[in-house]
Amino acid sequence: MSKTVIQVEHLSKAYRIGVEDVKSDTLVGAFTQAIKAPLRNFRTLRNLRSLNRDEASLFWALKDINFEVKEGEVLGIIGHNGAGKSTLLKILSRITEPTEGRIAIHGRVSSLLEVGTGFHPDLTGRENIYMNGTILGMRKKEIDGKLDEIISFSGISRHIDTPVKRYSSGMTVRLAFSVAAHLEPEILIVDEVLAVGDAEFQKKCLSKMEDVTRKGRTVLFVSHNMMAIKSICKTGILLKSGQISFKGTATDTVTTYLQSFLPQSRVEFSEQDESAQSERIYLKNAVIGTQDNDGRVVITDDFSVKILFRNKGGAGNFNVNLFFNAPDGTNIFVSASEVSEVSAGWFTAECQVNANILNDDFYNLDAMVVEGGKPIFFMKSVITVKGVEPPREGSWMGKFPGMVRPKFQWKLSSNELSL
Amino acid sequence: MNEPTVIIERKRKFILLPWRELVDYKDLLYFLVVRGVKARYAQSVLGVGWAVIQPLFTMLIFTIVFGRLAKVSSDGLPYALFSFSGLMAWTYFSGALTEASNSLISNANMLSKVYFPRLILPLSGLFSKLLDFTITIIVMGVLLVVFNYTPSANLIYFPLLVVVMMITTFGPAIILAAWAVQYRDIKYAMTFIVQLLMYSAPVVYPLSAVPVEYRAIYSINPLVGVVEGFRSAILGANPMPWSSIAIGSGVSLVVLMFGLYTFTKLEKTFADVA
Repeated sequence: MSKTVIQVEHLSKAYRIGVEDVKSDTLVGAFTQAIKAPLRNFRTLRNLRSLNRDEASLFWALKDINFEVKEGEVLGIIGHNGAGKSTLLKILSRITEPTEGRIAIHGRVSSLLEVGTGFHPDLTGRENIYMNGTILGMRKKEIDGKLDEIISFSGISRHIDTPVKRYSSGMTVRLAFSVAAHLEPEILIVDEVLAVGDAEFQKKCLSKMEDVTRKGRTVLFVSHNMMAIKSICKTGILLKSGQISFKGTATDTVTTYLQSFLPQSRVEFSEQDESAQSERIYLKNAVIGTQDNDGRVVITDDFSVKILFRNKGGAGNFNVNLFFNAPDGTNIFVSASEVSEVSAGWFTAECQVNANILNDDFYNLDAMVVEGGKPIFFMKSVITVKGVEPPREGSWMGKFPGMVRPKFQWKLSSNELSL
Repeated sequence: MNEPTVIIERKRKFILLPWRELVDYKDLLYFLVVRGVKARYAQSVLGVGWAVIQPLFTMLIFTIVFGRLAKVSSDGLPYALFSFSGLMAWTYFSGALTEASNSLISNANMLSKVYFPRLILPLSGLFSKLLDFTITIIVMGVLLVVFNYTPSANLIYFPLLVVVMMITTFGPAIILAAWAVQYRDIKYAMTFIVQLLMYSAPVVYPLSAVPVEYRAIYSINPLVGVVEGFRSAILGANPMPWSSIAIGSGVSLVVLMFGLYTFTKLEKTFADVA
């Protein structure tokens, strides 16, 4: 029998959520507050560490998680945004410690929560391979031995001695993934790293993942891409609000997940939510504008998607892209805004979607912000839209097949049959 | 392949210095040092030349202001050599302290994405500044030739003093680094505190300017022993100030122990707070 390599028992993790500052609207009040500010700041900052129980400001990202992983098992971890997937991976990778509970891991672990950690723009591709490789836990000797392989897998051997800042974002990702692909751990923990890069490159990554699993390694894989989960993983767990809501084969887990979608008319992301943050951008909320404002889009009506961002850096020329994905993660189409100048601070992107595009189904929307051809923000599954059928004419009441349902000009007419 | 078992839970065994892990990650330390050095001088015309210009010009100004105008005593040595020997230690201390104490914040992204012994980051700051220090040694060599001055036999103690200097820097650096993750004030305060601290060490004035009865108390500042030690080793005008060095080293070791304790206690929360 295969032995247990990861044993998770009663795992919980609490975070402190931000409590809004009390604002004063009188001048005297504002003045006393300004004087007291350092003291108040000090208390807030100090409290970041201490986790005093039974306080309203505690948020349990994970609550009493129990599962085990056998040697050679390929486990998919899925769930909606904020379900606790990333927190679980962070604890497993020893980046943050649990508040309660215990994990025992037998074997050498490599975790890929990001590709290209430690890359420095001023270093050459070759130097960054060593930098990134050693951060991921490889020895210099190991990298020496695999260097040629890594370079040829990345497909950018011509530029390997050029500083990475001259690379396109695609090249950087290729190089970074190539380093990651050559790790040889006994246990591999992978977060949504496959969400980056073009379709062809994603295919290459997925096949590399399949290679790894065929070699009998243990893999924990988090993704929003249900096709990838189904094809790579054998077992799965579904997280919901920090707890395991389903455990079983990968296929059953995916099915349960797909049934759990709810249409949303508005979503808010707190500033603590890392998935809603990049270095430059914070996505605060997204709103689906329909006639009834309940997130249900009558497919013969127009609707709007309105997203509120904060530009944390200086002004720039941005464009915003919306990815419309099927519940299993397959992309159906992308709509991109024009490039426009956005100053520092809050900005809204509003997309008017024409009627007669969606079908009677669920659509997960990813958002991306691009500056000068480079993505500076990408968030999976920002909001879920449900297309609903209007009262239908005719006698057939079944669901239309397909993920889109455009309305075309049709004309049926009787012709004289001429021989 | 051996299979290490890792237990992850809130209460782990408290280890002051994770030797074995640091050795496991020595290659990471090496590449972080290389990255630090290369990134610092990337795309600058003078490159490493800046490591020469900064202490050399400070020395020139000190020589004019303190040596010529204020006529500060230099124990009979040429004031240029006198102040440069002090500036060598001081430039390293202030540079490495700033670099190491900012190392966690400037690599916050790494902290939240990968596990590695966190001490590696301040250590890389400590070592990457050694390049600049080596350059100031060369400049000192040139100055000795220019002033036609022969170093004394005390020069054999120089490596020992360098080790004391690094330990002296590392203790406060890791305390500040650990706190800076939570309190950004440290970063802002550093710049001017470091400037003021220089006058607490005998950089522009000699140890002999301090009354004899206060020298033991004065030597609690570990930089006193290092700076005067450098002078004795390179210029040899005074005997090696062993008592100052001994007192200072003792203080440095205590601070280092306290630093390691603070750092280890706080490092588990770096990823949550950063």
